[in-house]
Amino acid sequence: MITLRVNGETHALDVDPSTPLLYVLRNDLGLRGPRFGCGLGQCGTCTVLMDGRAIRSCMRPVARAEGEITTLEGLSADGELDPVQQAWIDEQVPQCGYCQNGQILTAKALLDRNPDPSDEEIRQGMNGALCRCMTYYRVQSAVRRASDAMTNGTNGANGADEAGGEVDR
Amino acid sequence: MKRDAKLPLGIDGALAPWEGSTSRRDFLKTSGIFVLGFSGVGGIGVAGLGRNGSVEPGEANPYPDPDFLQLDSWLVVHEDGTATFYVGKTDGGQGTGTAMRQMMCDELDLAYDRATLVMGRTDMTVDQGGSGGSDAIERDALPARRVAAEARRVLLELASERFEVPQDELAVSEGVISVASDPARTATYGELIGGRRFDVALTGRNVNETTGLASVKPVQDLKIVGQSLPRYDIPAKVDGSLEWAVDVKLPGMVHARNVRPPFAGARLVSVDESSVREIPGFIRVFREGNYVAVVCEREEQAIQAAESLAVEWEKPETAPFPPSEDLFDYMRGATPVGAGSGSSPRPREEGDPDAALANAATVVEAAYDIPFQGHTAIGPAHAVADPSDGQMTVYTNDMKPYSHRTGIAEFLGMPPEQVRVIWMEGPQLYGRTAADDAGFEAAYLARELGRPVRMQWMRHEETAWDTKGPAFAIDLRGGLDEAGNAVALDYRARIANYAHVGYNQADTVLIAQLMGIRPERPSPGGGRGPDEMYHIPNRRDETLAVRFPLAFETPLRTGNLRDPNGPQTTFAGESFIDEMAAAANADPVEFRLRLLHGTGEDDATFRRARSIAVVEAAAEAYGWDARPSPRAPGDGRILTGRGISYAYRIQTTVATIAEVEVDRESGRVWVKRMVCAHDCGLVINPDGLENTIQGNLLHGISRTLYEEVQFDGETVTSVDWRTHPTITHRDAPERIDVVIVNGDPNPDRPDLPHYGAGEPSHRTVPAAVANAIHDATGVRMRRIPLRPERVLEELAAAGI
Repeated sequence: MITLRVNGETHALDVDPSTPLLYVLRNDLGLRGPRFGCGLGQCGTCTVLMDGRAIRSCMRPVARAEGEITTLEGLSADGELDPVQQAWIDEQVPQCGYCQNGQILTAKALLDRNPDPSDEEIRQGMNGALCRCMTYYRVQSAVRRASDAMTNGTNGANGADEAGGEVDR
Repeated sequence: MKRDAKLPLGIDGALAPWEGSTSRRDFLKTSGIFVLGFSGVGGIGVAGLGRNGSVEPGEANPYPDPDFLQLDSWLVVHEDGTATFYVGKTDGGQGTGTAMRQMMCDELDLAYDRATLVMGRTDMTVDQGGSGGSDAIERDALPARRVAAEARRVLLELASERFEVPQDELAVSEGVISVASDPARTATYGELIGGRRFDVALTGRNVNETTGLASVKPVQDLKIVGQSLPRYDIPAKVDGSLEWAVDVKLPGMVHARNVRPPFAGARLVSVDESSVREIPGFIRVFREGNYVAVVCEREEQAIQAAESLAVEWEKPETAPFPPSEDLFDYMRGATPVGAGSGSSPRPREEGDPDAALANAATVVEAAYDIPFQGHTAIGPAHAVADPSDGQMTVYTNDMKPYSHRTGIAEFLGMPPEQVRVIWMEGPQLYGRTAADDAGFEAAYLARELGRPVRMQWMRHEETAWDTKGPAFAIDLRGGLDEAGNAVALDYRARIANYAHVGYNQADTVLIAQLMGIRPERPSPGGGRGPDEMYHIPNRRDETLAVRFPLAFETPLRTGNLRDPNGPQTTFAGESFIDEMAAAANADPVEFRLRLLHGTGEDDATFRRARSIAVVEAAAEAYGWDARPSPRAPGDGRILTGRGISYAYRIQTTVATIAEVEVDRESGRVWVKRMVCAHDCGLVINPDGLENTIQGNLLHGISRTLYEEVQFDGETVTSVDWRTHPTITHRDAPERIDVVIVNGDPNPDRPDLPHYGAGEPSHRTVPAAVANAIHDATGVRMRRIPLRPERVLEELAAAGI
């Protein structure tokens, strides 16, 4: 039995411990946020948060998903969208939207460790999240907008000590 | 449920609750998706919707074509006055659905948030072909507007009868009709027809001509059109609630994966099923010809089985194609397919290009190379097929669900009326899903197994085996007279596009090819030179296809990739115009305007005048400083420059200016700023248009700087995001200005048409970037992609 904490709930699952977390989230828990893109940790489409860090669920065996997992569905609480999600709607970011799970969660993890990133830090921090509708321009505007909303118009703490861009696998 | 054979199943289902005793609550349960606007909310999934109107086992004809000559096929008004529209288009994320809904609401006189739109279900929406060619707004919105206008006309007629007042004494606003002289007397659309059929026949020889008696509104009366309304599909894409085609789960569904030949053209010798039999959940190995797939209960099991299956393959005797480093030499040296025969496009000639070149004061020559490029969708191909009740339902993101249906029916030998295809959201489209292999594979396996099958490709499979945009080798010669005027242009292209995959054809999809099914003859892709309105009196325009030894079962199969051929031909054409401008020592904008002004003639759509308008608008918005290129390169590490490129596509005209920074030490090119002046006529949703253009521009940068399919003499070696790279966040421009030009200069034409915008701006990017690099460095890049190592090589060769 594997025990998994996802979006605030605990699940006990009888699956092969080497199963990538992605398939357990999608096929056993019925979640739709994380999606298969490459299975290689290269594109970010399958991103979930584990204890607030962005990880690639396609590469992570379910047995090693030890922390609190948050998926796109878990970002909003009580019907209230996370400021990052709201910024995505306000900027009308997605085109097809298939990769936006990875864009949004990568941005969430970035802003949680660096609430007021510079433009260069946004580029670096987001770089591992690929988009083949190439919505990068609007994604970056939305990250800036979410940052402004989260820091309430003031300069937040500078998280320059955080390395951007690299995602745990 | 009794059904009128003429009406689509689902629409009958949507109406039924009001015709019978079913409560509104029940209606929302069964058909609530229409009212909610996006699926997945409240647990009403598309799979549930699919069961709307159950089908008897073995029923002969459960999914007839919706009749486009019935108003009820297009539009339903509910009891509460909301409406549902049904259109046979799909949306790749460019806001087609939102735009269609805006237009139909406007014609119907209904508030935008009082309507929903259903797209791309072959059992429910009339066959408008799905997506392709950026034609949704340009062509397919016209019948949609007309039927909505017709519904408004019929509603006015009903109100006129009810109030016993002539129609011209009635007023309409947002779904309420009132008597102008007595505004207290009102009737809502819901009261007039809610939950009932219009029963109004339409006319038209085909779906594009569909019309009722009503005319569409003149442009100046449109209120919802022209607004930047938020796209209705975005919230569910942002909060994770949307049910995508990848999310469809059906009772008893199993998971499939393909096993592809390791060498192009390989022949399958044997499969050892015992190599995977012990994998938990293993169900079956399927083999037919060179097609191999495995099916397991769980997804990760199927992946493991596909990786573990022991298969013996035999290499073909002849190399299937040259290695990618020899591609362009091969193409220029090959004998063109059917040269001199009817299948070869004849060169288009005007004047006498050879004589004009012989007499020119200056002759410019250049050769341009563009490699194969992949679609490399962010999510690999996928579909779910359900063979229940002896029918076949396919859930897919195929952009052309109608040909997907007929193709699958033909492939399986089933009557099309027993097959339906339900389009759902998926990763992009851009032509890849015009021949979506996974739906054919899932349907085949589901039929063989008698259970619902979910098929999904792996990344290496998608990148190596998706359809490719064809490679071009283009040779140009141009002549200038003594005053620097262009007097001759000789364009000759070779295109590696011998066996172009059609739209969901039962004999060209990959599974068919691997099973040995072939069309009688391949379809070489033709093509023509760049689309521009330059007046050059002596011209030749020739495009010839060349072939590789392997025509079928090849990972270098070609298909439509966003704006097919446009980026390739425009890269050569607009780079070369810049080379001619440089040879004439002329400013690139001024040189183009001179060629566009060259004659007073224009066509019926004023494409010449609208071309001039976008070139001028782009230059003005950028702050173009008129001077010949290149500028004198500075001494610093970063060299900057700007370049322009112009083209039209069908009726849309575009001019794009790129400003680049070239790092002379690393060879990296950064497109720092872009200005795109764009005339697609009447704009339905300005923000949606801007998003679409931004995507086109960035996709263009990606193809210009990074994308190339690589292959050795045996197979395609591009298999992931490292071996077929793409633009990333680091490369996004700092600033993009989109200038919307509605340049119709005809004062006598009140109805400015709405033209396509899904692709035209894409084609302008490669030349704009290459011209900017030339401006910055004096170096002319003629080989796509402009990767850092190539830039460094050219800079070194030029001593920069």
